Amino acid sequence: MSTPADMTLAEAGVALRAGELSARELLEAVLERAALTEAQLHAYLTIDHEGARVAADAADAAFAANEDAGPLHGVPVAVKDNMVTRGTETTCASQILAGYVPPYDATAVRRLREGEAVIVGKTNLDEFAMGSSTENSAYGPSRNPWEPERVPGGSSGGSAVAVAAGSATLALGSDTGGSIRQPAALCGVVGMKPTYGLVSRYGLIAFASSLDQIGPITRTVPDAAATLLAVAGHDPRDATSYRGAVPDAAAGLEAGVGGVRIGLVRELSAEGIEPGVRAAVASTLDALADAGAQVREVSLPSTAEALSAYYLIAPAECSANLARFDGVRYGLRVDGETTEEMMAGTRAEGFGPEVTRRILLGTYALSAGYYDAFYGQAQRVRTLIIRDFARAYEEVDVLVSPTSPTTAFALGAKTQDPLAMYMSDVCTIPSNLSGHPAISVPVAVDEAGLPVGFQIMAPSLGEEMLFRVAAEVERLVEFTQRPPLVEAAA
Amino acid sequence: MPIDIDIDHVARLARLALSEEELARYRDQLGVILEHAARVQALATEGVEPTAHPLPMVNAFRRDEVEPSLDRDEVLAQAPDPEDGYFRVPPHLEVE
Repeated sequence: MSTPADMTLAEAGVALRAGELSARELLEAVLERAALTEAQLHAYLTIDHEGARVAADAADAAFAANEDAGPLHGVPVAVKDNMVTRGTETTCASQILAGYVPPYDATAVRRLREGEAVIVGKTNLDEFAMGSSTENSAYGPSRNPWEPERVPGGSSGGSAVAVAAGSATLALGSDTGGSIRQPAALCGVVGMKPTYGLVSRYGLIAFASSLDQIGPITRTVPDAAATLLAVAGHDPRDATSYRGAVPDAAAGLEAGVGGVRIGLVRELSAEGIEPGVRAAVASTLDALADAGAQVREVSLPSTAEALSAYYLIAPAECSANLARFDGVRYGLRVDGETTEEMMAGTRAEGFGPEVTRRILLGTYALSAGYYDAFYGQAQRVRTLIIRDFARAYEEVDVLVSPTSPTTAFALGAKTQDPLAMYMSDVCTIPSNLSGHPAISVPVAVDEAGLPVGFQIMAPSLGEEMLFRVAAEVERLVEFTQRPPLVEAAA
Repeated sequence: MPIDIDIDHVARLARLALSEEELARYRDQLGVILEHAARVQALATEGVEPTAHPLPMVNAFRRDEVEPSLDRDEVLAQAPDPEDGYFRVPPHLEVE
C-alpha cells in the first residue's frame, strides 16, 4: 500500500470508503508533499489551502452522511490554470490575466465539485497552453521530478508534475497539439485526450477551438478512465459539445488484447525518434503481440504534413480567440490615448513571445490574400489526414506510436528554436486534427533514467477500445518506477 | 525561399504595439515557420473539402428562453475601469 500522497485514485477510493483514511488526512498528505517539492518543481501557480480544506471536510461530512458522489469523492485534484475556477485566480500563466478572478467555474470544474473532489490548486502551464515544455509560462517553468534540470513537457507541465510528484492524486490538463500526452510521457504518468466534444470546453480558456480538449492526467489507466467519465458528457453551454452517449471507457479494462489489430504508424515512428524511445515502443509492441494482438505497420502519408497544417490552423484560431484580451473588461490594462493605443499597448505588454509569435502567424495566415493558400489549404490537408485515419481503421482497431520523439530535454535546450520545440508534438498533433481520442502510457525508463511514453490512438468515440489496449499495455510493462525525488520523500 | 511578410500591417491587425527591434525579430521567425508550414501547399487538394471542425454537427441551438447569467457585480469587479455598470475605455477616435 502506497503512502497516501502516492495512492492511485482506485487505492484512495478504497481507503476512504473503508474508513482507513479521511479526505482531510489524504489532502494533508498531498499538501505536505507539495510543501516538500514545490520550491524545486513549481508545479503549482496557486495552492488553495483554505478552500481545499473546506472541501475535504465537506467530503468527509458527506461520507459520514452515507452519501457517495462517485469515484472522485474526497480525492485531491489539481486543475491546469487555463480552466476557470470561480473565486480562485486564473492566469493561463500569462501576465495579461495576472490577478484575474473568474466569476464562474468551467463545466469540468463544476463536475469535479459536484463529485465532491477536492481541488488543491491551479497548475502551471505554457502561457495560454502554447508550448511543449512549460518554459513559456510567465511565472517561471515547472521542472521534471525525474531530473529537475529537465523540462516536464507542456503545455500541461504543472499538472503532469503534480501527479508524478504526489502533490495531487490526479489532475486535469488540456490538449490542443499534445499538451496532455507529451508532458505525461516526459513525467512517466498516464495522460489522455478524449474524442473532441466529449468533455465540455465551457470555461476552458480557448486556444484553438476546433482542437482543444480537457482530459485526465493520472498514475494509472483505470484512474484515467474513471476521471474521464466523471467530467465527460454533453453540456448545453458548449455548442461544440457532443450530444450522444459517452462511451463506456472503463468497460474493456480487463478484456485484454486477444485478436485486437494494432497498427504502428510508419510516419510517426521512424524519423527523428530517439533510439531509447524507439526501443521502448518496439519492446511494448512485442509484448502486445505475445499477449495475442495482431501487430503490423500502417502508413498514413498525410500525417507527414500534420505539423505544418497544425502550425497554420492552431495559430489562426488562437489569433481569433486571444483578441478578447484587450484591456477592456478584465485582466491587464495599459493606458493609452485612444482605445486602439490602449489595446495594442496592453497586448504587447501582457503577452509573452510565443503567444505573440502565434498571434502574428495566425493573423497573417488569415489575412486577405493569404487565407486560401495557408489556412484554407491547411484545412484541406486536415481532411486528407482524417481520410488516412479512416482508411487505416478499416484494417486495424487502434494505431500506436511514440508519444514524444524524445524523452525530457534540458531546460533552455529548445527555447531559441521555435521549430525544434514544435517538433516535440509531431506524434500527438494528428489526433487533435482528426478529433480522435489518444492516450499516453508510461512504458519504460531509458538509459538516462528518463521515462518513455507509448501512444495509443482510436477512432472517434472509441474510448472503450483505447482504454482496453492501454490497460493491457500497463499490465504488460509493469512500470513501477517513481521519480527518485518521490522515492526519497515517500 | 523566404516568405515576404508585411509585419507592420500584421501587428496593426493584431493590435500589438511592438518595437522596431521586436517587429524585425518576429518577421524573421515567422518567415522560418511559414516556410515549414508552407509544405501544406505541396499536397494535392483539388476537390478536397476543408475541415473546420472534427465533429459533424450543425445547428447546435438552444431554445430562445431567458436564463440566469453571470452576476453583474462579480463581473464588473474584474474590470480595469468600471463606471455605473459600464466598462470605461479611452476615446475610440483620435482626439484633437
